Amino acid sequence: MKSIAEILKEIRPEFDFTASQDFISDGMLDSFDIVTLVSALDKNFGVSIPGTEILPENFMSIPTIEALLVKSGAKL
Amino acid sequence: MNFKFRGKRISGMAVVLPERELSFLEEMKNFNFPEARSLKLKEVMGYNKRRVVEPGCCVSDLAVHGLQQLFDRGLLKKEEIDAILLVTQTADHFMPSTSSLIQGRLGLKQDMLCLDLNLACAGFVIGLMQAFMLLEQESVKKVVLINGDVLSRKASPKDRNIYPLIGDAVSITVVERDASNATIHANLHMDGTRAETLIIPAGGMRMPSTPETAKLEDVGDNNLLAKDHVFMDGSAVFNFVQTEVPPMIESLLATAGTTVEHIDYFLCHQPNRFMLQKLADKMKIPYEKMPNNVVENYGNTGSATIPMVIALNFQERVQREKMRVCMAGFGGGLAWASMLMELGAMDFNTTIEYKQKS
Repeated sequence: MKSIAEILKEIRPEFDFTASQDFISDGMLDSFDIVTLVSALDKNFGVSIPGTEILPENFMSIPTIEALLVKSGAKL
Repeated sequence: MNFKFRGKRISGMAVVLPERELSFLEEMKNFNFPEARSLKLKEVMGYNKRRVVEPGCCVSDLAVHGLQQLFDRGLLKKEEIDAILLVTQTADHFMPSTSSLIQGRLGLKQDMLCLDLNLACAGFVIGLMQAFMLLEQESVKKVVLINGDVLSRKASPKDRNIYPLIGDAVSITVVERDASNATIHANLHMDGTRAETLIIPAGGMRMPSTPETAKLEDVGDNNLLAKDHVFMDGSAVFNFVQTEVPPMIESLLATAGTTVEHIDYFLCHQPNRFMLQKLADKMKIPYEKMPNNVVENYGNTGSATIPMVIALNFQERVQREKMRVCMAGFGGGLAWASMLMELGAMDFNTTIEYKQKS
């Protein structure tokens, strides 16, 4: 199983996600990246992140993504 | 708002497709966007190929061609048509109504109704409701519901948000009374406070088209479009669909006293594959019960999408047997509507290609 950081790196290899506290404000993830990210997270962690939770604030940082995955039933 | 109808059926359907096919792989270079990211998006969203009209082609051209084919093949008789309901957001002109143009070009009788309805992706279900209401009149025996747009002509090739998914198509649905008297349940919702979520800002009376409205502007995420182009707030649309559609369908099923397990298929509008899969997950509907293959083969064909789903997946089957289906459309307006009915034993279901004359 890949880590969240590895998945992020695959989607936007040009960025260092460990150096940002807000991926959205820092322009590292746009709405299409979020769609790609959700699809990858769903497959990797065996969940389906609810459509109503696909909001920018849930993808600001690795901790917010972790929280979203746990809420969606993932075992991290 | 809930509706209940009895004794109505869809007796025939046709979809009319322009022959020009575009491929996402070939179009990727138009976008101000790295190829690798576009390829990832292709996989998730289902972008693949789509049909679009040639320059100058209008909704009436596709509709007239399709109806003429049905007349020529003996599937429909001109004199039987008591009403044409045309659902489109890309009318040929401000005036007159495009349905009147279709009537005139085909030489249909004068003793009939021609009515344009400006509705977007919920327009198939809402159009059916209007057809059913017309059929309450004794004098109306056969209604032809036409759904379709040529929205590719209003999409910016530099807008990755909407351009790769727009497909042009027209559907023709023949609706009439049915002796079976089976109940059809439907519901609909509208929210004009969110009208700007999907909008073509210029070209109407509020903002007439000028050289200024034709200028491309950066609207974020490297997308360039003009006021003359169709604009979609993709995130807002996604949120709208995920928030509003599941409770609408759940309410419809509850009103009808049924459950997901007792529905053969959920025939939904298809903005993209990802959005539909999320809807299916939310409502615990198996993917095989909610086909999502129209968008990858023909693009998002607006209010013609549900007929496209039927033609692509069940063309033979709907002519020989009945299925219990839940249909759901959602989009511009904003508007969202659903309907539960028996679909099948149709007299015909056919696909017609439109080749534009040079």
